[in-house]
Amino acid sequence: MNSLLAAFAAGLLFAIGLGISGMTQPAKVTAFLDFAGDWDPSLACVMIGAIIVHAAFYRLIRRRPTPLFASAFSIPTRIDLDPRLVGGAALFGIGWGMGGFCPGPAVTSLVSGQVSVVIFVAAMIVGMYL
Amino acid sequence: MEHFTPVASLIGGILIGLSASALLFFDGKIAGISGIVAGMLSPVKNDTLWRVVFVAGLLTGGLLLRLLSPQVFTIGITRSSSALVLAGLLVGFGTRLGNGCTSGHGVCGLSRFSQRSLIATLIFMATGVATVYIINHLLGGTV
Repeated sequence: MNSLLAAFAAGLLFAIGLGISGMTQPAKVTAFLDFAGDWDPSLACVMIGAIIVHAAFYRLIRRRPTPLFASAFSIPTRIDLDPRLVGGAALFGIGWGMGGFCPGPAVTSLVSGQVSVVIFVAAMIVGMYL
Repeated sequence: MEHFTPVASLIGGILIGLSASALLFFDGKIAGISGIVAGMLSPVKNDTLWRVVFVAGLLTGGLLLRLLSPQVFTIGITRSSSALVLAGLLVGFGTRLGNGCTSGHGVCGLSRFSQRSLIATLIFMATGVATVYIINHLLGGTV
């Protein structure tokens, strides 16, 4: 039960962070990617803030043998660079630039009731099954 | 740079970093949204409920934002339904093939200094930049 409460709180905090940061606005995402246009570096600030905080906490947390409410950490261990990683990231970037949404902001924006978000997320879920 | 929001974006980023840290500290999980959602779609025993609850938290956060600050859901770009379908398919398929998105590779992976995540982040940034260049400067800003 505690672990589920933590997951809920983390999801809620993640969504609030996305909203405050501006990342639920596709125009701000595409403006970050538009070096040749009216460039908006906001997304870089989001990444910097998130990475500084998480990089510090990550190291502290990993000193523990286990998480507080689970028996083990589930952390990726792969270190190989394979064509799937490269190709997948390349395709994701194209879709990201085209729609202005990545998965987190898209799911969070579902409750905004906008049809375009529903279309994007439905297609994203189909894409995950392919 | 008239739309630059350094303070709000930094604060939002810090909250995202705290969220990822909380999920790791309490549950030992990585806050990669594409992976969390994809894991809900092909359920594995004892590894599904936390995903559903995390996404419920995301949606509840979205509802709070809608009540308190609905302008955060301004889309601000023009995209046809077919472009949105193609974009969604590419994001869904690409994040599964490449094992992550902006949160999993961009935030969590870079925070661990993962080489795979660094490569993935550089690549999706590069193809994102190329795509936006084509749309905004060769196709007139809409697709």
